[in-house]
Amino acid sequence: MKPRHKRAALIVGALISICVAAMFVLRALDSNIALYITPTEVAAGKAPVDKAFRIGGMVKMGSVERKELTVHFIITDTAKEVPVAYTGILPDLFNEGKGAVVQGKMDAKGLFVASEVLAKHDENYMPPEAQHAIDKAQSAGTGAGTETGAKP
Amino acid sequence: MTTTNRLSQIFYHYASPATFYPLAGKMIPVFVVLAALFGIAGLWIGLFVAPTDFQQGEGYRIIFVHVPSSWMSMFIYCVMALWAGIGLTMNTRLSSMMAQALAPTGALMAALSLITGALWGKPMWGTWWVWDARLTSELILFFLYIGFIALQASIDDPRRADKAGAILALVGVVNIPIIYFSVTWWNTLHQGASVSLTKAPAMAQTMLWGMLLMALCFWMYSIAVALIRVRAIILERERHTEWVKQLLAGEKHAGA
Repeated sequence: MKPRHKRAALIVGALISICVAAMFVLRALDSNIALYITPTEVAAGKAPVDKAFRIGGMVKMGSVERKELTVHFIITDTAKEVPVAYTGILPDLFNEGKGAVVQGKMDAKGLFVASEVLAKHDENYMPPEAQHAIDKAQSAGTGAGTETGAKP
Repeated sequence: MTTTNRLSQIFYHYASPATFYPLAGKMIPVFVVLAALFGIAGLWIGLFVAPTDFQQGEGYRIIFVHVPSSWMSMFIYCVMALWAGIGLTMNTRLSSMMAQALAPTGALMAALSLITGALWGKPMWGTWWVWDARLTSELILFFLYIGFIALQASIDDPRRADKAGAILALVGVVNIPIIYFSVTWWNTLHQGASVSLTKAPAMAQTMLWGMLLMALCFWMYSIAVALIRVRAIILERERHTEWVKQLLAGEKHAGA
């Protein structure tokens, strides 16, 4: 074995062991790396008590209600729902049927009081005409009320 | 057997800084022109031809800088680590110089990706920054570039500087798949990949063309700048050799 083959083998070996180590670390940190939890996880009691956390999902169609400065809406992952209250300015992309991530605390009645609301968009970029065409096709195919756009 | 010998002969021929220096000098103008052409075409399609987005309006157009710079920041790191690794195993001087020449461009791309991402995030998501997996791992990539540059600069002996830098660069490669897959492995605010190898692109054709042309422009720019930088590094490191002395003497003669 030439010295440079030896060095190459050493480097490849070291890289593989680093990758394996990184994989274990990331697996251990898994739930801590996630930016938010889903409404299903909240329902399963995985949400921290008396501590701020984030919930991510879709804003339920027809759930947005404004009372003075406070906005009430329901965030859902289609399986479970969490009611949210937020006082403040919403991002432009915030809309019914679109993705959102809310940060805040759960109150005693199960209402999530948000201190921050972020809009989440997906990787589908298209001209407005294309979106109209999709909406039309979907409402023709399955009847009205199909939710399009962001997945949670 | 003879073809492999021939190939390795060519490799070693151009692995010598003395032969690579004039070759790089000839290649630079080609890549500069290509970068300008692709850049003009890409910006024209991106800013004038591509339609507005159904959700984000005109604001999405930052994608034409954001996505190519993010791709480049990851790709340049891989190439840099590859050159550093070759330098470490084969002891070829030029490979380590290539790695050194690529680092500042990679850092620039990572910074550009972070800055355009923040500018995009504020109007669309409602925040400049969140500590989600994609954003954080890209920030780590930026720090890796800065660390590589700082480490190399802090060691006076170029041979030892190359070795230390190469080890750092190789260890940092772990971060690249983490950046790429972060949006599928974890819940992130960042959306999924704009262009994926496994499924048809979800964006409109003209948008995609604009983005690909801009990506090509960034490629050509990176190659041109790296070649310019590697020529400067060659001159600096080989300044005691005969050929550089002759070259500089000849230039002085021509200038006088």
